Amino acid sequence: MEKVVIKDSNYRIRKAKILRTKQLTKMEKLFEIALDGGESLDQEPGQFVMVSLFGVGEAPISVCSSPTNRGSFELCVRAAGKVTGAMHRLEAGDEIGIRGPYGKGFPIRILEGNDLLMVAGGLGIAPLRSLIKYAFDNRRDFGKIHIMLGCKSSEDLLFEDELNQWFKRMDVHYECTVDRAASDWAGHVGQITTLLPGVHLETERTFAIVVGPPVMYKFVLRELLKKNIPENQIILSFERHMKCGMGKCGRCQIQNLYCCQDGPVFNYADIKNMSEAL
Amino acid sequence: MKDLQYLILKKENLDGFVSRLSRLRKVSAPVSKGNGEFAFEEVGSAGRIELNYKPTIMPPKKYLMPQEETLLEFSTAKGFETRPVVEYEKMALFGVHTCDLAGIQCLNAVFSVRPRDYNYLTRKRQIDIIGLECGDYCDEHASCTVVSAHMPSGGYDLFFTDLGGYFMVHTNTQAGEEMIEATKCFESAAEAQFEDLEAFRKKKRDTFKNEVPIEPRFIPGLFDACFESPVWKELEAKCLACGNCTNVCPTCYCFDIIDEVGLDLKSGRRYRKWDSCQLEPFAKVAGGENFRKERSARQRHRYYRKFRYPVAKYSKFFCTGCGRCSRTCMAGIHLKDTLNALIKESDSRIWKKWL
Repeated sequence: MEKVVIKDSNYRIRKAKILRTKQLTKMEKLFEIALDGGESLDQEPGQFVMVSLFGVGEAPISVCSSPTNRGSFELCVRAAGKVTGAMHRLEAGDEIGIRGPYGKGFPIRILEGNDLLMVAGGLGIAPLRSLIKYAFDNRRDFGKIHIMLGCKSSEDLLFEDELNQWFKRMDVHYECTVDRAASDWAGHVGQITTLLPGVHLETERTFAIVVGPPVMYKFVLRELLKKNIPENQIILSFERHMKCGMGKCGRCQIQNLYCCQDGPVFNYADIKNMSEAL
Repeated sequence: MKDLQYLILKKENLDGFVSRLSRLRKVSAPVSKGNGEFAFEEVGSAGRIELNYKPTIMPPKKYLMPQEETLLEFSTAKGFETRPVVEYEKMALFGVHTCDLAGIQCLNAVFSVRPRDYNYLTRKRQIDIIGLECGDYCDEHASCTVVSAHMPSGGYDLFFTDLGGYFMVHTNTQAGEEMIEATKCFESAAEAQFEDLEAFRKKKRDTFKNEVPIEPRFIPGLFDACFESPVWKELEAKCLACGNCTNVCPTCYCFDIIDEVGLDLKSGRRYRKWDSCQLEPFAKVAGGENFRKERSARQRHRYYRKFRYPVAKYSKFFCTGCGRCSRTCMAGIHLKDTLNALIKESDSRIWKKWL
């Protein structure tokens, strides 16, 4: 048996360094990462990378920062599995490996010139933040921006300092609700769906972008359709298990679609009848 | 029908061909494993080769996409260093039936689509393929005609047709020609021998008939109509979710990627290993949600990955009709039965109206 190095292998790893970490909640930690040699990741909002911890494995993680920030990128990681659990033990200065970016991100060119209704549930704010930040950095290119955020409890809120900034911004309509409130919580209490009826939209030029746990989609979609947002103006991003990120390993397959290559961002009109999608 | 691409190899020269070839590279061929089972194994002569074999327990996939293969080596001694690698071996596969040739062609398509898999593609270039034609069905599980895998259709370097005292040999590639040059066992074919081949193929067309009562072109439509069919629930009642069907399938390629640390705790490797969509955790995400939780959904997924999804993507079925999934299933889930049940179930509703 011969063994040779293949330079053009798509499994090759790019070295990266953790610049900064921040524990956001008990379960989620934010990592700011720079590729070696000052390379830019050059991702689209909504794309993901495969993070390598050698000896532990790889995990697909959505980039949560905007590509307008060229020098580094951010990942918000929930300690949910083997790799993500191990990742939580890493600190600034530690090295990791990166493959990607992979997948189809949010359709920026289509979204431009329209109002955006961005709906995030729980950790869904992480991938959506890449679009939110991009839209803020290119604010003139978009119409009204509504951000509706839902979370289990006020202690689970991610990016809390940023959320307070959004709240103050004149050019953004931001609302947040929690399922269970701590005693000092002054905001909405209730499911994310309770926020939607009150939003005033010009539906013909509004795109809804929804990212959240699988269980959330059904209920949010019902509200959006009730508001007469056209099906092809609803954008979703899905979470699936992935091993290769290149449309081969089969784990992320939704019927004939590979979430890693055809998604993770999908147009609702394209997947609404797929039983394994929602 | 004089064709210079055709030569003959007398039966008594088969041993010379295989022995000489095996001195140049590893040669694997079907051998008997007892109990009516066969396997591709390394041979040094023609002695152990079974010319009349039913599909081997494992398809030749095991050479092109080994059950386990290293993708990356890493060392964490100072910082980390990584080396993407491919493991391969120059070899020849002898005696590959048309169903398995079709299987390899499916894998070729999958791993050539960008982003390409250079591990597979590098290994593929090192493997010469010598096909062997079937004159009759291997057993009742074969359904090669409905998927048009019963006749040779490329995918080989040399192709052997057993015509009694000799093989008619079709040279399809330069690599095939080189094997012929290197072993010097072949003779040119005479007119009568072309007639023999034509007679063989004619008889074969009479023997091999569509095994399932549906025209192949209607199969994608059948599956479009049957996603919610009760047939999948019936499979759920039988299926043990063992994953045997996908392991033995010549076109199943799903895999897991696993890191392994060496005993020095400083180096290690990342390897891929066959996985199966039939196993419960396959489509489970970290949050606990499982997108194909039910065995019915997983069995359905397997069938759609053979008869529906690849038709849209690659314009061909990913079932080669080899019958391995049916032969190996402990619960007696048989592919032809499933297709028959789908056809029966959707009979009046769907495809009959198109006839």
